[in-house]
Amino acid sequence: MDWQAIWLSVRLAASTTAILLALGLPIAYWLTFSRRRWKFLVEAVVALPLVLPPTVLGFYVLLAIGPRSPVGALYAKLTGGMLPFSFQGLLLASVLYSLPFTVQPVAAAFAGVDRKLVEASWCLGVSRAATFRRVIVPLAAPGIATGAILSFAHTMGEFGVVLMVGGNIAGVTRTVSISIYDQVQSLDYGAATETSLFLLAISFAVLAATYALQRRVWAIWPAN
Amino acid sequence: MRSIRNFGASAIVAACSLCAACARAPQPHTLSIAAAADLQFALEEAPRSFHQAHPDTQLRVAYGSSGNFYAQIRNGAPFDLFLSADAQYPRTLAHDGLAAGAVFNYAAGRIVVWVPSSSPLDPATALRDPSVRHVAIANPAHAPYGRAAEAALRAMGLYDSLQAKLVLSENISQAFQFVQSGAADVGIVALSLASAPAARGQGRYWEVPAETYPKMEQCGVILKDSAAARQFRDWLTGPAGRALLLRYGFWLPGE
Repeated sequence: MDWQAIWLSVRLAASTTAILLALGLPIAYWLTFSRRRWKFLVEAVVALPLVLPPTVLGFYVLLAIGPRSPVGALYAKLTGGMLPFSFQGLLLASVLYSLPFTVQPVAAAFAGVDRKLVEASWCLGVSRAATFRRVIVPLAAPGIATGAILSFAHTMGEFGVVLMVGGNIAGVTRTVSISIYDQVQSLDYGAATETSLFLLAISFAVLAATYALQRRVWAIWPAN
Repeated sequence: MRSIRNFGASAIVAACSLCAACARAPQPHTLSIAAAADLQFALEEAPRSFHQAHPDTQLRVAYGSSGNFYAQIRNGAPFDLFLSADAQYPRTLAHDGLAAGAVFNYAAGRIVVWVPSSSPLDPATALRDPSVRHVAIANPAHAPYGRAAEAALRAMGLYDSLQAKLVLSENISQAFQFVQSGAADVGIVALSLASAPAARGQGRYWEVPAETYPKMEQCGVILKDSAAARQFRDWLTGPAGRALLLRYGFWLPGE
């Protein structure tokens, strides 16, 4: 089994999830509580990666981060490196690709928080930021956990985007799904099956954990 | 209500007579071909030329990675003919009794070093240029062109110094696309792609000397025997097909 690729995917998924939590929570908050008329446009943009083929997203990301684009040029100026075929480039693509998987469950959880509690907190003189931290986030915790787990799992299984922007460099951009693809292509079906089973087991465990979290199945003995 | 029923009835009658008309017209035979990605441009011209000689056969060509096609054919993909980018896949299919004819050699691939026209690099020296950060090649683990590129780099004594700069693409078209987009500085691609009308004027290339890599024989095999399949094989390996392949950057068998 290609442990290097598995470890790379785990690192990529963990970094993506961390960035998405930092980025997704404010976006979800804004989408839930804003009264802007054009909010629907932002909602559509956030949901785009759900419907766009990964090849389209990957192709655009490759063009957008290449040395001839403003983003790529700026990055080269700031860091001296290049985004295509690097871990950072892959991270950027993954964040875009998994954005709806964080934002949508979190926004749904925020919307489910009892408005009266939020307003009571405001009326008692607690600032918006503190209300968010001490009332909204704890009440929406299962939704936030769902968003984080789904983003992690989605990045673990990401294939099309990585294929388009990765360049298949061992230890840098050869993720587990690319490694499986290579094994199938070089007719090494035994190794492919092994790695696939491993990925299947992880995916199942992650999804089972998500649904368990939502149903609170661990509360076998109800608190009085 | 009545008019609706009448309309429905007449629609059915019309549809039936249309179907009958279709059935009476001679049914052209469709030949389904799985072809290696490097044949994309050469075979685009094939239907016109082939059609002149055999007007009642329609060609339906799918392009892709030979390894993918190999796996699909093993699992019952309904292709009549398989044109691989190597010799091994068709031979294995024939050996395992999945072919309906002998393996035939139709061309040999050639590789070039390609840079986009906006690049200041000279393709003949680009691989030795220290400013190069990424060199795109097809994945040697499964793409014949990747294996050829790796062999050529080793023969030229460049493999060790370039190894950290190599980016591997899924197939040879993607290696081309990596360079075209500017993400990689230089690529080793198929001459059949670099010299294709769609790519001409977009970059410059230098042909890698043939003695630096093993000959990339491309073979095909008939999977489902029919007169049309045999006609296409004979056409491709005959004068018309050979002229076409030569023009699109292939070596011919026996040369």
